[in-house]
Parts: sequence; structure tokens; C-alpha cells
Amino acid sequence: MLKSYLNKIKPYFQKGGRLHALKSTFEAFESFLYVPDHVTQKGAHIRDAIDCKRSMIMVVIALLPALFFGMWNVGYQHYLSFDTTVGFWDTFFYGFMQVSPILVVSYVVGLTIEFTVAQLRGHQVNEGFLVTGLLIPLICPPDIPLWMVACATAFAVVIGKEVFGGTGMNVWNPALLARAFLFFAYPSQMSGDKIWIAYKSDAFSGATPLSEIANDQVFDATMLNDMFYGYIPGCIGETSKLAIIIGAVILLWTGIASFRIMFSTIIGGLLMGFIFNIFGGSNAYMQISPYQHLLMGGFLFGAVFMATDPVTAAQTRNGKYIYGLLIGMIAVLIRVLNPAYLEGMMLAILLMNTFAPLIDYCFVEQNKKRRLKRASNSTPETI
Amino acid sequence: MEQKNTILPTNTHKLFTAPLNRTNPVIVQVLGICSALAVTVNLKPAFVMALSVTVVVALSNIIISQIRNTIPTRIRIIVQLTIIATLVILIDQLLKAFVYDISKQLSVFVGLIITNCIVMGRLEAFAMNNKPWNAFIDGLGNGAGYGLILLIVAFFRELLGYGTLWDYQVVPDSFYEAGYENNGLFILPPMTLIIVGIIIWVHRSRHEDLIEKQ
Repeated sequence: MLKSYLNKIKPYFQKGGRLHALKSTFEAFESFLYVPDHVTQKGAHIRDAIDCKRSMIMVVIALLPALFFGMWNVGYQHYLSFDTTVGFWDTFFYGFMQVSPILVVSYVVGLTIEFTVAQLRGHQVNEGFLVTGLLIPLICPPDIPLWMVACATAFAVVIGKEVFGGTGMNVWNPALLARAFLFFAYPSQMSGDKIWIAYKSDAFSGATPLSEIANDQVFDATMLNDMFYGYIPGCIGETSKLAIIIGAVILLWTGIASFRIMFSTIIGGLLMGFIFNIFGGSNAYMQISPYQHLLMGGFLFGAVFMATDPVTAAQTRNGKYIYGLLIGMIAVLIRVLNPAYLEGMMLAILLMNTFAPLIDYCFVEQNKKRRLKRASNSTPETI
Repeated sequence: MEQKNTILPTNTHKLFTAPLNRTNPVIVQVLGICSALAVTVNLKPAFVMALSVTVVVALSNIIISQIRNTIPTRIRIIVQLTIIATLVILIDQLLKAFVYDISKQLSVFVGLIITNCIVMGRLEAFAMNNKPWNAFIDGLGNGAGYGLILLIVAFFRELLGYGTLWDYQVVPDSFYEAGYENNGLFILPPMTLIIVGIIIWVHRSRHEDLIEKQ
């Protein structure tokens, strides 16, 4: 029924129709609801049911466990700080009321800009923002003021994406750019002990494991389980490693995210952790075992959902290993050595996004050289 | 030596207005970016800096233009630098004498006017082959063009970064009570590049002939 309605109003949006100016908007809704009816006409292409839209939807599905757990955890931490416990649904509802405004603001602001720009340029609206708009709330602290989310989203979409030509042309991951904007613009809302629990009572310390260890407090081994399942304060989507692993399995199983990047990032983090264990001083942060780095902060979230962003990551096969390895190493390096930046994952990924084209360039050139050599060695008859 | 520069407009009126817009030293020729990063956190130092650069460019343009026919070509850069350095030291002393606070804020960047590409660029490109009066107007124009961009950048950085303009608070207290916070990113240098980038974007979209062909 909806489909026939769309087909009925379609002529208005074609060239010469009354609402021609809103063509992009119409196409966006049409392709969001249904598979578009235009297909590749000529040339050899691999036809697959998976297109940009489907793969984006898969990422959104992979993010849902982290989102729902995040909502519940926001409520759980809030009630925990008042030393009360309420039922599961009350807890979830509280978190839902906290998180959903951030989600709505991020989507509304981002999509408004995307649609406006697409309209002005006559482009199609892409599905890329569906993922970005969901990632932004997940990497924010739960009680971030909504206008800040709006500013950061606008900054990320305009400066990070549209300036470079829209979806697929961006150099940096837009969601991380939004977080970087928040981090540098409003440091008081993005770090410290006060912000990780929504409306907490003043008597309760809201420090995350990351900030505790940075303050040289002895690492509490009983925290490890909590850190894995996610019963700790932190950014909305990053606390539960279990939910992130479920997401990772979905991404790997559907083949959307690159397992090379994901695993080399984790290996990079472990490697750097080992190096600090061996050569670092007696500082508590230097001595925590490498796998605990993975459980703290946003390391795993970044490795699974941010580093693997196909647009901003390295494209060559070997390049992906280098790219991931360096992300992991730099993230742990920043964490341990720079007390001003508690969480190095964001900066590490943004830095490596910048260098991804260079890594690719090196491997492509190397490949060219190797092939030229092979071609010049063989005799012309055999080619 | 006395060749006519065909690229630049000869009319004196245009000599002044062109650098404000079409041949702006910062956003079209992309010169003097370094000092634009450093001194544009507040309007006041940005204004003083713009004034100093204007005076240095205009005066050194006159002096070089006067002696342009007697400078041996091989050592012209050294002669130009000596004159610029003299003028910059004079300006620096004046600032220290009369506006000590701002001079401290500008710190090393007044001294660095010597190496500001705008000054050297105008001497080489214009004063070396034009008459003193024209050279003076050209210097004023380029200084003003530089200052214009500096002031625009400083306006946004001070307004959004500190909530003040010319050191007066303009964002009302009720905003802060309602939860508004100053944007710390605007105090950091990277934001200058982004603001200059946006100015270039707006400027190019109004003058499409300036857009580089790909």
C-alpha cells in the first residue's frame, strides 16, 4: 500500500514535476523503505543482495546490544549511586529516558543537515548517517547536555563529512570527530569523575576504572567481571564488553567489518601492554596486565565499531594489519603516558584515519613494483 | 627595471580595495597564517597585530620603492630584511612603551613580523617595481586585508571561546545559568584553521573564478 502510494506521488518529484526540488528527499525515503527499482544497466558487476544500505543496517543491528545494555546500565548506575535497587524495567526505563533524547537529537540534527546538503547539491541521501547518528550517543557520557550533542553532530557532519563531499569521501570517522569536538570544546563535560553517571548522588564516587587506575589506585581484581559484563560507569555504549563482542560477532559473521583490522587492533593493544609491563616503571598503570587494557574504557568499542569503518580505514590487505596494529599501540601509549588524555582510543583512531591513505599508498606502490619486476623478468612470449 | 605590472591593477583606488577582497593575502594568497593562528584568541591583540603589520608593510614599501633603482639585485633580500627588521623593532619598542599588556600577550609574534611572508611578498612583488605612492597604498591595502581576516577570526574565537568581545562580556549571565558553556575548542589553534577554511569556502563560493581547476 505504501509502495503504491510512493509510486503514485513519484511523478511529482521527477524532472518537471511540481516538487522537483525535493527529489533527493523523496528518493531517500523510497530507498529507505524499499529496494530502489533502478539497477546497474551495463558492464560486468557482481550482483549481491548486500548494498550500502543493507550493510549499514547490519552495523546498526550489531550496535543494538550495546545500546540496550547502555540504556539499562545508565539506570542501574543511577540507582546504585543512591544505594537503591528497582526492578529491571524501571531501571531500563530510567536509562531509556536519559539516552533516547541524545539519540533523537543526534539523528534529527545530523539528518537535517544531510538532507539539506543533498537537496542543495542534487545528490542522493546516503544511509551513512544511520550508523553515525547511533554511534554518537553511544560514545557520549550519559548526562551530556543535549545542545552540546547538537553542536558536535553539526560540526562532525559539516566539517568532517559534507566539506569533503559527503558519505564515503570523509577522511575521519564522523562520530569520533563529534566526540573529539566535545572533548576539546567542553572538557568539563567530557572528563572527570562527575559525568559518568546520570544525576548521581554527591556522596558516590563516579570514577571509571580508567580514571581510578590513572590516579594510581590499586587495581581491584574483583572489578574484572563487572568490567566485562559492563556494570561500571562510563560512556553509554562502551561499558559492556559482552554486548560489544556480540556486535563484533554479527559484524564478522556477515563479513561487513574487517577481521584484519579488528584483531590487529587488539593485538596492538596487547603488545603495547606487554612492552609497558616489561620496560615500564613500578607505576600502577604500567603494571596492569595487557588484557585489562582491553576491558577498560572504549578500547574494544573503538576496535570493533570505529576502527573498522570501511570509509576511513586502510583499504589494502596488508595495510589493514599495520593500520590496526598502530591504533592499538597508540591507544595504549596515550593512555599510559599522557595523563591529560585518559582515553587514547579516540585520538589513536583519528590519527590513524589521517595516515590510512599513506599506508595504502605505500602498499599499492610496493605491489606495482613487484608486478613490474615480475612482468619484466618473464619473456614477452609467455605473457 | 621600470616594468609595468600587468597582473595588479594600476588604479590607486583598486590598489587599496583589491587586497581586501580578490587578492586577499590570507585567504587567497594564503600568507601570514602562522601569526593568524597565534594572535587571534582575542580581538584586542589581533587588532594591534593587524595595525603593526599594516604600518610595517606600508612604510617598508615606501622605503624600498624609493631606493628600488639603487639596490643591487643580488643583495636585495638582505636590504629588504634590514629595513623590515628596523621597522619591526621600532614598532616593538612603541608597543612596549604604550600598550605593555598587549605587547606581552603578542610576545614573540611582533618580532616575527620580520619573517611574515606578506611583508616580503609585497616588497618583492610590488615595491621593487612601482612608485612610492602606489607602493604605500598597496602596503596599506594588504595590511588591511590581513587585518580584516584576523579580526573576523578573532571575533568568532573570542565570542565563542570566552564569551567576550574586546574584553567585555557579551554572552549574558543568564545563558551560563541555563547551562551554556564556552567552547574550549575555539581557544585552541586548530579552530583558527577551520574558521579560515570556512571563510575561504564562503569567499570562493562568491567568487567562483578563484576556484582552482582540478
